[in-house]
Amino acid sequence: MLMFIQQHALTLSIVLPFVGLLALVLIPSERRTSIKAVSVVVGGLSILLSLYIFLAYDHARGGFQFQETYPWITSLGVQWHVGVDGISALMVLLTGVVMFTGILISWSVDKHTKDYFILLLTLVTGVFGVFVTLDLFLLFFFYEVAVLPMYLLIGIWGSSTDFKTFLRTKEYGAMKLTLVLVAGSVLVWVALIAIYAQANIGSFDLLALAKTGFSAEFQRIFFPFLMVGFGVLAGLWPFHTWSPDGHVAAPTAVSMLHAGVLMKLGAYGILRVGLTLFPEGAHAWMPVLIVLGTVNVIYGAVSAMAQRDLKYVIGYSSVSHMGYVLMGMATLVPAGVNGAVLQMFSHGVMTALFFAVVGSIYQQSHTRDIGVFEGLAKRIGLTGAIFTIAGLASLGLPGMSGFVAEFLVFVGTFQTYPLLGILGVIGAAITATYILRLLAKVFFGPLDPRWEKLHNLTALETVAAGILVFFLVYVGVNPGPFLRAIDSGVMPLLVRMGELL
Amino acid sequence: MNGDWGFLTPEFILVGAALAVWSLDLVLPDQRKGLLAYVAALALAVVAVASATQAGLSAQLFGGLLRIDGYSVLFRMLFPVVGVIVCLASTDFVRRRLTHPGEYYGIVMTSVLAMMVMSAAGELLTAYVALELMSFTFYVLASYARHDLKSNEAGVKYVLLGALSSAVLLYGISLLYGATGATTFTGIADAVRQGSALPTVFGLGLVLVLAGFGFKVAAVPFHMWSPDVYEGAPAPVTAFLSVASKMAAFVLLLRLVTVGFMPAAAEWRPLLAALALVSMVVGNMVALAQKNIKRLIAYSSIGHAGYLLLGFAALAPGASLVSNGIMFHLVGYGASNLAAFLVVIAVSAATGKEELDDYDGLAQRAPLLALAMAVAFFSSAGLPFFAGFTTKFYLFTAVVQSAPALLWMVGLAAVMSLVSLYYYLVVIKHMYIHAAEGRDRVLSPVALSGLLVLLVAVIVILGIYPEPLLNLIQTASRALFA
Repeated sequence: MLMFIQQHALTLSIVLPFVGLLALVLIPSERRTSIKAVSVVVGGLSILLSLYIFLAYDHARGGFQFQETYPWITSLGVQWHVGVDGISALMVLLTGVVMFTGILISWSVDKHTKDYFILLLTLVTGVFGVFVTLDLFLLFFFYEVAVLPMYLLIGIWGSSTDFKTFLRTKEYGAMKLTLVLVAGSVLVWVALIAIYAQANIGSFDLLALAKTGFSAEFQRIFFPFLMVGFGVLAGLWPFHTWSPDGHVAAPTAVSMLHAGVLMKLGAYGILRVGLTLFPEGAHAWMPVLIVLGTVNVIYGAVSAMAQRDLKYVIGYSSVSHMGYVLMGMATLVPAGVNGAVLQMFSHGVMTALFFAVVGSIYQQSHTRDIGVFEGLAKRIGLTGAIFTIAGLASLGLPGMSGFVAEFLVFVGTFQTYPLLGILGVIGAAITATYILRLLAKVFFGPLDPRWEKLHNLTALETVAAGILVFFLVYVGVNPGPFLRAIDSGVMPLLVRMGELL
Repeated sequence: MNGDWGFLTPEFILVGAALAVWSLDLVLPDQRKGLLAYVAALALAVVAVASATQAGLSAQLFGGLLRIDGYSVLFRMLFPVVGVIVCLASTDFVRRRLTHPGEYYGIVMTSVLAMMVMSAAGELLTAYVALELMSFTFYVLASYARHDLKSNEAGVKYVLLGALSSAVLLYGISLLYGATGATTFTGIADAVRQGSALPTVFGLGLVLVLAGFGFKVAAVPFHMWSPDVYEGAPAPVTAFLSVASKMAAFVLLLRLVTVGFMPAAAEWRPLLAALALVSMVVGNMVALAQKNIKRLIAYSSIGHAGYLLLGFAALAPGASLVSNGIMFHLVGYGASNLAAFLVVIAVSAATGKEELDDYDGLAQRAPLLALAMAVAFFSSAGLPFFAGFTTKFYLFTAVVQSAPALLWMVGLAAVMSLVSLYYYLVVIKHMYIHAAEGRDRVLSPVALSGLLVLLVAVIVILGIYPEPLLNLIQTASRALFA
């Protein structure tokens, strides 16, 4: 049994949620508790499996581990090829953590429960798939799987924003998110097909394609397809507008998964496909990416400052934080890229925590208008404390994961583009401003009597929040194991680039 | 020569069964006539099995008029299967509207017969006769709801434009014969290769033949009949017309182009690329504005004809990856399209309505129907786990692999898929997000529900693990390029 798990860990990570969703199909839709229980069990097994994958990954040895290869569509050369390096092992862990906590948070979903969990597990299947596969066909397959259920998840279970002067229906958010993301994947699709035809080795295998070597001209033409195509999902400015609208309209667990994990798929795609296959293209285009990333940071932070809707603040802060990921990646120096990957993890956990807490408040108060909240911490101290922790991680307080990640990104940026580094630091200062202002307004001060009836997180929500807080703090105080894993994945990429250039 | 007849056993069974169904209709008492649907379906299933037993054979019958090979075996299996589904899905319509069920089912069977011959044809006149037989059956079927004005209009339109296109096609065939002195596909290819074909006459013939096919597959600018006919014809007939007749025309065209026209590739490739371009753009763009579900599907399938023609434009000697892709997409899109139409059949049988608003809240009124429609549309839009993702990916990759210059058109096709996603999502919004607001539940007959479950399973399996089907398709491709 253990042997089996060891050999097929990655395939299992995809198959597990998929089997879970098939099992849900067979349960009658009235039996809500069974449906939720099955989902929690699937989520629990997934987080254990992803912990195992991360811990068992041997970063001293490095390279792609847990590899499995089976023929899939032979005439096209598609293979079921899975394998993880240090980067994807960490992303698998992130997915496990966020999906499990997301499922716990979803215990309160009572509208079309069955359909909801089926779609949620579909999303999870797609995300795991992208992170573990090494075949470009399958990577794209799972990438689209992750987009597929979004329209229904937001459209059916989401919520609209109505401030009289500012109306965004959930249908609008759902349609915008789906179409923009698929538009991004159209670019990726075209690039993948061009790669296949250009390499002409009758294979979509990433490692085999990496060995062929593409002409510098081809790389320079098609790298932007990947950069923008994947970048759309990473919230790359100016293609980020789907993200606040979509995340605000989505139900809590979907916001958690989408902002927490799916946006990372975009950044991961640039790193895994773009940097691996197109080192010269990446080198040529990275100056553009780092500028756009800096715009992300500043623009996202300034926009977050102007929001009245609690979820919009977090939505724009995601845009801002993903900017650090893009900046770090674009430096192409070890510190920056390591920081970017750690930021992917850190932001994923942090934003999941934010959305979980806001979801709990919204569910009770039916409003997210910052203007009407006051002194909530007096009534719901635990919720306030957890929100504060997420906020502190967000503004990069030392001892939290965000500090380590952003610090590394700044180090990398100052080594390469000092001017942009300064702007990045200014972005962090703006973040501190809006987070602290938000905390002060919503949680501190005298309690508004309207909110006497609010209660703290439920038991399950507290467990979920506890897991997320644990990772935020643990990475902050002991980033070593995480950085070693990341470094074992990043260094070969950068070394290879150095050799080629 | 005598031995050749044995290869046509499936066709003979089908003819016999069609005659039997017609005769039974005369002798059976009215209340038992419902059985005829099952008789017809069973006979078609037997035909499919009989075709399957011919797997691995390779023969040219009657001096090359017909070819029994991996290619024809595949489609002589598939068309009867589509026939089975159409017969079973028609029961409700037939019971309510028709006094002579046998007549209807017999015509459907004859139509399948014509399609089977089309997939085996290796000569232009044989192909033409088969194509005409198919068209005639559809002229009758389209106007089957005699008391319905729209159905009559559909029938008349289809007859007039169909006859025009047949005339164009026939004229093209006569020119090709004049230019090459041959009507067999191989004979035409040989004449072109040896340079004995008259270039101008041949070119003109080629254009006319392709225009004729353009009508049959509803490619822009020869598509005008299709939305009206789709809208007017009874829903089961529209399903059959949209799925099977187009597939048959594409199947015939694929053999004609790969076997007959390949040496003249430089002449037809730009033509087909142009047809592909306008079809996918016009089809998908006009679909955006549709409020009637059948018209929406009609325009979207014009767009899909464009994707397939794009595949044709990349055909080259030995490019079996491309022909694989074309066949794969034909089957995958066919399954998705059929599933969508079965839902339309069920909804229009229950409510008599076909506007998008009539689908409001379908997820509550008929969960299975809504799910099947959503799966069919996600598949058509090219999203995974469903057939459409894998078939489109396969087809587009094959196109660029064979003709790298077409990359920009593949990019456009991908953008058009995005456009199609929008209008499919609008339908899904009607079904899943809009409230039912007092609209009645929709009960679908058991047979139809069973077929839908089956088709959804097929769509998912083709999307996830298409290798078994692709093995058959590769055999078919080998036969084409032999």
